[in-house]
Amino acid sequence: MGKVKEVKRKRAQAPAKDAGVSAEVKLGMLRRMMEIRAFEDKVFELLGRNILQGASHVYAGQEAVAVGACSAISDKDFITSTHRGHGHCLALGADLKLMMAELCGKATGYCKGRGGSMHIADVSKRNLGATGIVGGNIPVGTGAALACKMQGKGSVVLCFFGDGASNEGTFHESLNMAGKWRLPVVYVCENNLYGMSVAFSRACAVDDVCGRARGYNMPGTKVDGQKVLEVRAAVLEMVERARRGEGPALVECMTYRYRGHSRSDPRIYRTKEEEAYWHGRDPIKLFKADLLAEGVLTEKAFEALQGEVDQSLAAAEKFAIEDSPYPNPSELHDDVYVGWVEGPKGLVRLK
Amino acid sequence: MPVIMYREAIRDALAEEMRRDPRVFVMGEDVAIYGGAYSATQGLLKEFGEERVRDTAISEMAITGAAVGAAMAGMRPVAEIMYVDFMTLAMDQFVNQAAKNRYMFGGKTTVPMVLRTEGGAGRCIAAHHSQSLEAWFVHAPGIFVVMPSTPYDAKGLLKTCIRDDNPILFIEHKMLYNNKGEVPGEEYLIPLGKAALRREGTDVTIVSYSRMALRAEEAAKQLAAEGISAEVIDLRTLKPLDIDCILESVKKTGRLVLASEAYKDGNFVCDVAMKVTESAFDDLDAPIERVCAANVPVPMSPVLEDEAIPRADKIVAAAKRTLGKA
Repeated sequence: MGKVKEVKRKRAQAPAKDAGVSAEVKLGMLRRMMEIRAFEDKVFELLGRNILQGASHVYAGQEAVAVGACSAISDKDFITSTHRGHGHCLALGADLKLMMAELCGKATGYCKGRGGSMHIADVSKRNLGATGIVGGNIPVGTGAALACKMQGKGSVVLCFFGDGASNEGTFHESLNMAGKWRLPVVYVCENNLYGMSVAFSRACAVDDVCGRARGYNMPGTKVDGQKVLEVRAAVLEMVERARRGEGPALVECMTYRYRGHSRSDPRIYRTKEEEAYWHGRDPIKLFKADLLAEGVLTEKAFEALQGEVDQSLAAAEKFAIEDSPYPNPSELHDDVYVGWVEGPKGLVRLK
Repeated sequence: MPVIMYREAIRDALAEEMRRDPRVFVMGEDVAIYGGAYSATQGLLKEFGEERVRDTAISEMAITGAAVGAAMAGMRPVAEIMYVDFMTLAMDQFVNQAAKNRYMFGGKTTVPMVLRTEGGAGRCIAAHHSQSLEAWFVHAPGIFVVMPSTPYDAKGLLKTCIRDDNPILFIEHKMLYNNKGEVPGEEYLIPLGKAALRREGTDVTIVSYSRMALRAEEAAKQLAAEGISAEVIDLRTLKPLDIDCILESVKKTGRLVLASEAYKDGNFVCDVAMKVTESAFDDLDAPIERVCAANVPVPMSPVLEDEAIPRADKIVAAAKRTLGKA
């Protein structure tokens, strides 16, 4: 009880803007948020034109969470992602071209076209991957944190999941394990108010996710997930705490997905007024306004930045759709196992 | 050669690999202070300490998923699920995350973990503690399934599994833990995908694994007394499967009996039968016979349990049917 309240109070007293963040870093964060938005708008468009196949759960509206949280970790740390994971992957520094190629199922994609939107990973950047199972990566992130602790190199894990996942058994088992073993993991809950169509308030016995941290002996805090620097500050505080060996924490970021759960979702479960309210709290607009007010950004510089982002997106689209080949069907069986491959009579050992 | 118990062979394999590689650690329910529900991790806590021998909460999803994450982050976890029946609780983490992450992520990661569990009937502990669920896991691409029947195999295979870069389900058998057998004092490894020819014969091939492999040998002795020469193959690893060993034997005998302790419908041996018909139909002189558990939840009553699970006499009868001597 005490810990949750204490952390909430501390947050409330903290300045809204993180004074320790340089202008350069802030502009980099803005750019990344704009790239994610542009990427997701493009993905939605390509889905509508049936150029993109399969399911994509787009991240538009939630950009401040991924960018703010990922800005709080270093290149020796890990993240685990979710089915709505494009933002996490890009926030960790993924290349737009390789991302788009993966979504298009092309051989040049991050996962050679095998994972697509729901299983995108950039293991070289220590993104342990997205998952198609809600809550599926909470134990995985917890186990990575166990590895970090045992290896003793001061690495931490950011484990992303949504409000819906906090009702899965994996959430409760994992937070209990992390709480008991004092694992260096920060659970970042993106509360976008809905698990597909069902509002969190209709599905959950309690009002917020952060309060659940109390049951697992870790601090839980709630932040405005539309304010990138607030997300960054809250996550950074918990990351540093975890790095010092003081154990896990939960940060609940209140946010909103602009699109439906997936493209076929008519959004009949929420009102136009609600959507308008959240569009009025757009994370890019809010950050832009702050940066303009601070004098870090000008309208002209913003337009130039938007132009660069649009160009990067156009290049990614061309790379993925026009320049990249599909995987060779002969590679179907590659990489199911290490050292073995399917033969005419079953698995055979690779020479 | 030293003679040790199956459970000691498991423990020795774990201890040797933990001494060899600091990345190897053990976690699961009751594995540390208690030493494992079947005493297969006894003494590890004393030698390796709390950090590497971890008693967990009763949380099968977290145990299994934490092994996946730890493996992807550079460790080599050996996690324990006390009964294979409890794998229902760990299913998503093992079958959706452990098995698929390497492939889904374009071959750019590995998940070098071993999930030790045990299965089988024989202790009158009924439907939730007596099953043989290997078929579920053989079905899923991306994982291996290993089921040793002797102390020698248990040790050699477990050591191999710990060093392998694939996620592996290692299923022990609750009725084998106290069985004794010769195990070399010096180090040895047993490759995956290599069956053991337990007995040579010319009239009929009996293929089995885990405890049923011992019953297959018992059946072969009874058949020998009746003048029938049975060849007995213990698969040891169900996936990868040593299909060549089976095909070679069937080529010689022309007759095949498959024995398994799992339910008859959807049994893993049905797939073995299919593979044999695909590759060696012309070698078969009789329809393939299967001897499996009854399609019933394993009952508690000793009389019913015994009736549900294949006995040597049922394997004998099946072998005779292939020879037209029923």
